[in-house]
Formats: sequence, structure tokens, C-alpha cells
Amino acid sequence: MSTVLFTGFLLLIGVFFGNRAQKKHIENMHHREKALSHIIVTNLKTLPSTGSEPILVTGSVVIAFDYFRRFIARIIMLIGGRITLYEDMLDRARREALLRLLEEAEAAGARQVHNVRFEFSRVGSSARGANVGGGAELLAYGTAVL
Amino acid sequence: MIQDAQSKGANAVVNVRFSTSAITQGASELYVYGTGVVLG
Repeated sequence: MSTVLFTGFLLLIGVFFGNRAQKKHIENMHHREKALSHIIVTNLKTLPSTGSEPILVTGSVVIAFDYFRRFIARIIMLIGGRITLYEDMLDRARREALLRLLEEAEAAGARQVHNVRFEFSRVGSSARGANVGGGAELLAYGTAVL
Repeated sequence: MIQDAQSKGANAVVNVRFSTSAITQGASELYVYGTGVVLG
């Protein structure tokens, strides 16, 4: 009985804090994206001949999936399908990684970032993947030019 | 991705890349990205 109550308690905490953080974060990113919208971002390999020294810019985010998401994801995995709760989380993390990349580019005075790529890696899971759904790192990197 | 490109006014997407990531055992994410351009 106490295990059930404890699980329920963790679920509620997960939902409450997860949703609150998500709302705040999306709003925050919206403002920052607007402020950095003057920088051109592409994943093209060819750099324009601006004559400036190209520099590598990166942005990285590490996220942990909250208890509620992991719980629901495990249920969805029984029958398969889209796990939108993870989609939201990964989308936010990717946007945040790109924003950090752009902020670094902005600080370097760059107007364009090319050849931007995204990398994903799992963190906090054991090698055999037994510790399901621990967390993930999202890395965005690209070449900034003036 | 195509919807996103359309909403931004692009009529072509170049250098499209597909990436997959194993989120957990039994769940993977498929992510497609590219550069939207206006041709013609």
C-alpha cells in the first residue's frame, strides 16, 4: 500500500514540476529565439566567401526524463506508438541546444552559422540499457562566420 | 519538417538529414532536419 502511495506521490510531483518547468521554458526560449533571429542558420557544408575566420560554435543540453514521463512511456511501449511526452522533451532540449549555439555565435560577433548538426547521446543509463529512460544529451554544433 | 519549411515560406529543403537516437530500450526517436530555401 505504501509503495502505491509513494508511486502516486512521485507521479504527481513529476506532473506538477514537469508542466510548470515546460511552460516557463517554452516562453523563455520564444524570447531568446526572437532576439537571435537575425543570425542565419543552415546545415549547408559550403561556407560563403566572407573572408572571415570560421569558428566552431557548440551548444549542449543534458536532460532527465521525469518520473511521470517514464511511467507513461513504459505503458505506451507495451502497445507501441508515438511517445509525445518524450517528443516534447526532446524538442525543447534541441531548441535549447541550438539557442546556446546561437548565443555563442552572437558573442563571437557572427552573423551566420553553417553546417549545423545535432548529436544525441544517452546519459545515465547502464551499458546494457537496463536503467531505462535516464536522460539524454543533445549537442548542436556548427561553423560560425561573420 | 516540410510543414515547418512551408510555414517559413521556403519552397525547397536541401541537405536533408535523418538521424535516429535510441532513447531507451524499445523506443527510438527519428529526427529529420534540413535547410529551407526559396528557389526560382
